Amino acid sequence: MTRSTDSGLLSPQEAAVRVAASLKKRGRSERRFRYLGIAAITLSILFLVLLFAGIFTKGIPGMFQHYVTLDVVLDKGRMDPQGDMSEASLYSGDARGLVNESLLIALGSPEGRKAKRAARSILSSGSASRLTEFTLKHPELIGENVAVKFAVDDDIDSFMRGFISRETPESDRRINDETIEFVDRLDQASLISYEFSDYLFTGSASRDAEIAGIKGALIGSIWTLGVCLLIAFPLGVATAVYLEEIAPKNRMTEIIEININNLAAVPSVVFGIMGLAIFILVFGLPRSIPLVGGIVLALMTLPTIIISSRAAIRAVPPSIRDAALGIGASKMQTILHHVIPPAMPGMLTGTIIGMAQALGETAPLLMIGMVAFIVDVPGGVTEPATALPVQIFMWADFAERMFIQKTSAAIIVLLAFLITMNAGAIILRKKLERRWQ
Amino acid sequence: MSLTSLIFTLLVIGAAYFYLGQHWGRRQWALGSVNLHSLPKYYGFWTGLVATVPAILLLIILSLGDDFLFKSMLKQFYPLDVLDGDVVARAIAFTKVMNLVEGVRFGVPEPWVEAAASAWIGWQKLADLVIAAATIGCSLAAGIFAYRKISPAFRARNGVERIILWALIACSSIAIFTTIGIVLSVLFESIRFFKLIPFQDFIFGLEWNPQFEGAERAGSGGGTATYGMLPMFVGTFLISAVAITVAVPVGLFSAIYLAEYAGSRTRSVVKPLLEILAGVPTVVYGFFAALTVAPFVRAVGASLGIEVASESALAAGLVMGVMIIPFVSSLSDDVINAVPQSLRDAAYGLGSTKSEAIRKVVLPAALPGIVAAVILAVSRAIGETMIVVMAAGLAANLSFNPLDAVTTVTSQIVTILSGDQEFESAKTLSAFALALVLIIVTLALNFFALQVVKKYREQYD
Repeated sequence: MTRSTDSGLLSPQEAAVRVAASLKKRGRSERRFRYLGIAAITLSILFLVLLFAGIFTKGIPGMFQHYVTLDVVLDKGRMDPQGDMSEASLYSGDARGLVNESLLIALGSPEGRKAKRAARSILSSGSASRLTEFTLKHPELIGENVAVKFAVDDDIDSFMRGFISRETPESDRRINDETIEFVDRLDQASLISYEFSDYLFTGSASRDAEIAGIKGALIGSIWTLGVCLLIAFPLGVATAVYLEEIAPKNRMTEIIEININNLAAVPSVVFGIMGLAIFILVFGLPRSIPLVGGIVLALMTLPTIIISSRAAIRAVPPSIRDAALGIGASKMQTILHHVIPPAMPGMLTGTIIGMAQALGETAPLLMIGMVAFIVDVPGGVTEPATALPVQIFMWADFAERMFIQKTSAAIIVLLAFLITMNAGAIILRKKLERRWQ
Repeated sequence: MSLTSLIFTLLVIGAAYFYLGQHWGRRQWALGSVNLHSLPKYYGFWTGLVATVPAILLLIILSLGDDFLFKSMLKQFYPLDVLDGDVVARAIAFTKVMNLVEGVRFGVPEPWVEAAASAWIGWQKLADLVIAAATIGCSLAAGIFAYRKISPAFRARNGVERIILWALIACSSIAIFTTIGIVLSVLFESIRFFKLIPFQDFIFGLEWNPQFEGAERAGSGGGTATYGMLPMFVGTFLISAVAITVAVPVGLFSAIYLAEYAGSRTRSVVKPLLEILAGVPTVVYGFFAALTVAPFVRAVGASLGIEVASESALAAGLVMGVMIIPFVSSLSDDVINAVPQSLRDAAYGLGSTKSEAIRKVVLPAALPGIVAAVILAVSRAIGETMIVVMAAGLAANLSFNPLDAVTTVTSQIVTILSGDQEFESAKTLSAFALALVLIIVTLALNFFALQVVKKYREQYD
């Protein structure tokens, strides 16, 4: 019975032998295949961990910075030359002189112009306005001796963190020996503290890393997203309702659907070019304003919202519509009262996800000029503004060591917003989604 | 009257008419003698909507249209040399006037500029008044018309529903208008570009040097500006190829493992983690690529004795690949899950192992979908902007070596168009031509992916 059959097939025994011989190899290849899958997933998660570890190890220190605490006498005559405690008067006063004097006193009154210049370079250039703001906030303290915290210059901050080494020859270092000696003196008197940076959330764009903050960019992002939401949500829901519930199956509907798919495929930078060409060059709207940014982002997120809204409408069972129509509701009443309300959670989920996409988008905003250096906090949708991701992009270009950390800190803020929005979307879906039996 | 207060006024008028209409309906009900066709609120909506919707449309048209009118009226102020001059001269003249209107003064403006600016400001004031009067008048008149039309037999609900229907249709057509807007805005500028630079020089040119344009115009020599897009095309291709080499194997094997091997608990943990990778903004990837990956790649190259550019295509491509992994894996996951279980069962029944069933049965069945996913991933890689802007540099080298610095279509577009642009220069216009190429390529890839799925999809069940 060990012979082959005439038709060329193996006999059962032969086949069994062959199968048994190949089993080991097949088992090995099975395991190999499985390990490849595990390796692929491990690799992706490893990338994710590396990305977050990289951002967080730089970003958490970026949320802190070094401050010097100085005793300043708020001399009324010098702080407030016009004597009326008004903002204009205080800003024209000699806050800078007062700060520098108290710094020199804290350093034991060094002599010589070079030493004084070295001492002055310790403090941030924003120190004078910080003292002025302090006085504006506490007008009752004028004339008294107060302890105020001033940010140190970004080079000194980098030195305190150990990024600038003492061993480097003085000529290759960004700060000289004299300054280092002064910093040591302040440190020994424990006047230097390492604290949560109050400039990060309250400061605006600045070339000086130590006083730069994301306030302006964050407000700009909020205005832009507000415009985006106001446009994209109604448009997206209306389009989804029309396509799912009303549209006849004809050429026009097909064209709309093809266009929506095309819009989803167009690279985001192209939406920015369209915004530039149409809203700025043709309609003459100003550059850098959240209004144009919001419109462009709305058109970009529209496909996301339409697709998820359509899915939500499709999930409402036909029996609901039949019931409404059966008791005499018109088509429009059925849609408005019995289809849209139960589909709302799904639509909102899609909208939040779309908004999260818009919040992280940078390229189209670069095209419409939201990349300008804007110090003022925008007060409306028609004032020049920048957005959080654009701020990150701009800061990433600056060479100062401290900007790398501030950029990472800004990224953490951005990621925190995105994670909150996405988590909100998931919770909303879980909580409000109705299960139709 | 500012735009916001005008819109607010229109809304108040609308609300007043809504109240009037509803009140009328309620009174008819209270009288009890007549048979109303619709509920009172529909009479309210009818009068309110008729009063507001046309007025707001009018407002939009008028406030967008006035600038065009002013621009053509401005021509009477231009001196002869501007009128005879080319587009550039006219654009400069217009900017002069606009600067003065906004109160920006450079030195002493020419007398005609002063006259034009003061005329513009006068027109603006007049136009604001006219717009306010026209829209409020339109709103009031339309409201009266609607209110006089209502009677117990008037079909207010049908009227309201017709307005809603048209509103829905209008919203849906925004998608079409956006596409048209994208195509036209890019097409017009591209045509102007091709008038300056011959089409074949752009498509087949081997050198990309737009930065010499200013020098050329000033006549200071130096070099000639050239607009050959091949270096950028090759750069885009190179970075996308690196990205796809990373993303497709990793994404595909992740999808296979998740769909075929992983238990539901692993799935519920790993899938969201992969989705986080998709949710990270591209600017963050760009920062990571420029700050961490590029120096790392360079250091590895140096330790192996290979010269790697500090802004190498490899670093940008690697990070872009990571960004695309979730895209490939989620699309492939869907496709693999769509293969019916009966096919797997049949393979197991014939004695195949799990991996044999996957390789010989499931993957071939899912192949069209997977190919489509890969094509879509390529299109995503080509259109990706921030990573290449931040990590790939601007050197337009015609090179197929991933260790060199290259530039891409998108990063050139961003470099040319962000910040101040020279008006009417071939350099600015070249960005639009590049965008046209980008749109054509991505749309063609998407169309191709759709055709692959349509043509080769097996219909089971």
